[in-house]
Amino acid sequence: MTYILKPQLHHPKLATNNLGFTRRDYEGSVSTLCAGCGHDSISSAIIQAVFELELPPHRIAKLSGIGCSSKTPDYFLGASHGFNTVHGRMPSVLTGANLANKDLIYLGVSGDGDSASIGLGQFAHAVRRGVNMLYIVENNGVYGLTKGQFSATSDKGSKSKKGVVNHDAGIDLVGMALQLGATYVGRSFSGDKDQLVPLIKAGLAHKGAAFIDVISPCVQFNNHVGSTKSFDYVREHNEAVNRLDMIPARSPIHVDYAPGETVTVTQHDGSVLSLHKLAELYDPSDRAQALGFLQSRQARGEIVTGLLYVDPEAGDLHDALDTVATPLNELGQADLVPGSAALARINAELR
Amino acid sequence: MQRTSAWTPDYFHKVVDCQYACPAHTPVPEYIRLIAEGRYSDAYMINWQSNVFPGVLGRTCDRPCEPACRRGRVEEEPVAICRLKRVAADNKDDVSARMPAPAAKNGKRVAMVGAGPASLTVARDLAPLGYDITIFDGDAKAGGMIRSQIPRFRLPESVIDEEVGYITGLGMTLRLGERIGSLKTLLAEGYDAVFVGSGAPRGRELDLPGRQAAAANIHIGIDWLSSVSFGHVDKIGRRVIVLGGGNTAMDCCRTSRRLGGEDVKVIVRSGYEEMKASPWEKEDAVHEDIPIINFRVPKEFTHADGRLTGVLFEVVEAQYDDKGRRRLTPSGAPDEHYECDDVLVAVGQENAFPWIERDLGLEFDEWDVPKVDPITMRGGIPNVFFGGDAAFGPKNIIWAVAHGHDAAVSIHKFCCGEDVADRPPPEFSLISQKMGIHEWSYDNDIANDRRYRVPLRDKAVALKDVKMEVELGFDRETGYREAERCLNCDVQTVFADNLCIECDACVDICPVDCITFTQERDEPDLRQHLKAPALNLDQPLYVSGALPTGRVMVKDEDVCLHCGLCAERCPTGAWDMQRFTLEMTHAGGACQSR
Repeated sequence: MTYILKPQLHHPKLATNNLGFTRRDYEGSVSTLCAGCGHDSISSAIIQAVFELELPPHRIAKLSGIGCSSKTPDYFLGASHGFNTVHGRMPSVLTGANLANKDLIYLGVSGDGDSASIGLGQFAHAVRRGVNMLYIVENNGVYGLTKGQFSATSDKGSKSKKGVVNHDAGIDLVGMALQLGATYVGRSFSGDKDQLVPLIKAGLAHKGAAFIDVISPCVQFNNHVGSTKSFDYVREHNEAVNRLDMIPARSPIHVDYAPGETVTVTQHDGSVLSLHKLAELYDPSDRAQALGFLQSRQARGEIVTGLLYVDPEAGDLHDALDTVATPLNELGQADLVPGSAALARINAELR
Repeated sequence: MQRTSAWTPDYFHKVVDCQYACPAHTPVPEYIRLIAEGRYSDAYMINWQSNVFPGVLGRTCDRPCEPACRRGRVEEEPVAICRLKRVAADNKDDVSARMPAPAAKNGKRVAMVGAGPASLTVARDLAPLGYDITIFDGDAKAGGMIRSQIPRFRLPESVIDEEVGYITGLGMTLRLGERIGSLKTLLAEGYDAVFVGSGAPRGRELDLPGRQAAAANIHIGIDWLSSVSFGHVDKIGRRVIVLGGGNTAMDCCRTSRRLGGEDVKVIVRSGYEEMKASPWEKEDAVHEDIPIINFRVPKEFTHADGRLTGVLFEVVEAQYDDKGRRRLTPSGAPDEHYECDDVLVAVGQENAFPWIERDLGLEFDEWDVPKVDPITMRGGIPNVFFGGDAAFGPKNIIWAVAHGHDAAVSIHKFCCGEDVADRPPPEFSLISQKMGIHEWSYDNDIANDRRYRVPLRDKAVALKDVKMEVELGFDRETGYREAERCLNCDVQTVFADNLCIECDACVDICPVDCITFTQERDEPDLRQHLKAPALNLDQPLYVSGALPTGRVMVKDEDVCLHCGLCAERCPTGAWDMQRFTLEMTHAGGACQSR
């Protein structure tokens, strides 16, 4: 942790986006996490992504639970809405907030303890309901706040810092998200912002339940030989299936790669995902194939990263519930209490 | 691009922009920290070692450090380095006990021509080594141009007396009022070495029609300033025109305002921006209600009945050729006549060596100035050395001091029978400032304050007395606040390749985007591929060796705040904040090279 505030002085050539904000304007307070924590890199990637998307900070709601990862929303988007929930309950609070005001952009930030242990049921149901959100798990495979026990995402056979071997099977949140019907699923690594920033941008633009599992080494308790979530291990075993460029709606489309190697996908909001294929046969529009590919590579000890699945035509919870176009929190007394005549009409329809 | 070779003083010295720009390489951030701590005497002595005249320079230095200051590149204005030096001088305790002790004489005799800043620096460096020093000067008091040309309202005589006194107090013979008329005669007196620090004493003449007829009211600027300093002149006409755009012109016009000049104008050939005077000296003149009129070339001094009536000017304009060189061409506007009672001519000054015989073996260049080696400061005779304005023409006090240090090294080596050209390199050290997990032995929490203005005495009062100091200096509190603006550029970011795990923590936290991990490239290409393009080519890139992923760490030194956050956020200690100390080579040691 750092005792001083980050100096206000910035690079004299620091760029501004069309809203007139610099990247620094999207920062939060100085991180109190351990020096070198992967989570800080993810915070930085979120700041970069929101700056590039030119989102007004007051239109974003960031929600989290408990844990190192859930502390991070304090360290980015200082001018956005925030909510720290009870441990593991972020998905419910986010669902409720989304139902009340569907016009905000929802960013759920959680960790492997918050989402794969105490909050596993919450995670599952928010995803299967198709809540319109980007759900990021900052996955370090260890309980850092309680000094280094295995978490539910620790791989079977991996070693703790003290040399204990994990005998429990690890939960694969990407596999679960795919099975539960998430319509945008990615995995990335805190140490690779070139990959992570476009994934976050496309996830924020996605309509429906978007989920990104970000492997984020814990330098204090899980960055040793024998760990499968260390900087060195992830760099050695990272198999990226594609490289994503996220082109916001109405921007000129420019693709760097040769034709045939690139697939473009247009999302609901008009944003275009340009996917440069790295794994020859990988098709991110096929959910079943994605699951099979993941499992076969996982069995070989590889960590598959990139945009793993996307359904650009997906709907969300509000579509399923057929709610009115106006956010519920903006409905007035007259809309909400239409009077006895309206009640009589509804009752008549049911007779 | 090659890995940066950090283990030479050059790389890290260049990062300390102020120290690098200072001709005497004063360790600026170090003394500014001491001022912030209230250790004024310590700050003073650090200055005294490097630049010999902290109280004088804290009021009058040309401050090459300030345009170089990194703070000026991350916000609007640099740290007020010069005026902080004065804070140290004003607030120090009695430092006489800290001055070098008189040394046993070593039997070598050195003569110095001129008692200005260059000679006094040589004397300061050599006296503690036991040299028998004799200083000659035509004026009645030591100090040279510091005393004769800088007006008292900028530099009180007490400050000059004090700082000249520290040097003369080291034990030397002053032969004041004795102008050297012949170098040959001086050399015949058997001195082991002679140092020429006689300055650039001749004010340039302006030979226009009417110059002779109106001579009684046309004065050469530096001579006139000198007469004012020594009390021979105490008034001037009501209407004064100052010709020239340098710092001497600014001193002339401001002095005129204090000696009865009510309508004082500066009239200059060049445009305002191109004037040679320092920007702050121009501002000070304007503040004292002195108009500066540009693009006027004097043609004639007008006179009636043997008395000056004014000056006639041609109006010109600046034209630039395709190489950007400026030429002044007639604008076609009719000539302008300005009436006045007195004219001060401050159009430059030059060296004059009528007292040096041309058959002694010294070589003279096309401007009739002796050729001097810029490193050893030696002329064409083995035991004659030069410094200050006498060496390479008019510069300023801080350059004179730097020359003096170099000449002292040469004289010491020469008198020891060593090769004068063999210059020992400066010594340096890098010391970690880490005190705890996130604690440093320097204040890395940089103040956001903007530059503080030095308070001035009320103008109506200041203009009444030519000896009343017009700048009041920072008080201790303001001095502390200004000191807190310093970025501590001497506390260096030192990177250890072998410890880095490429976690990006330093990249994420850096407030000025100066760190990038990237593929190795040639420097021009690399400069374009950084988190913020490194477009200031005067500032080096700090490049690591290859890291485990094959990338390299590249840091653009340009706008680094030296806040230490990279080192605070580094989990492995690959970044460390280390204080760089440069020990300039001064004359010393018992006649042996280091």
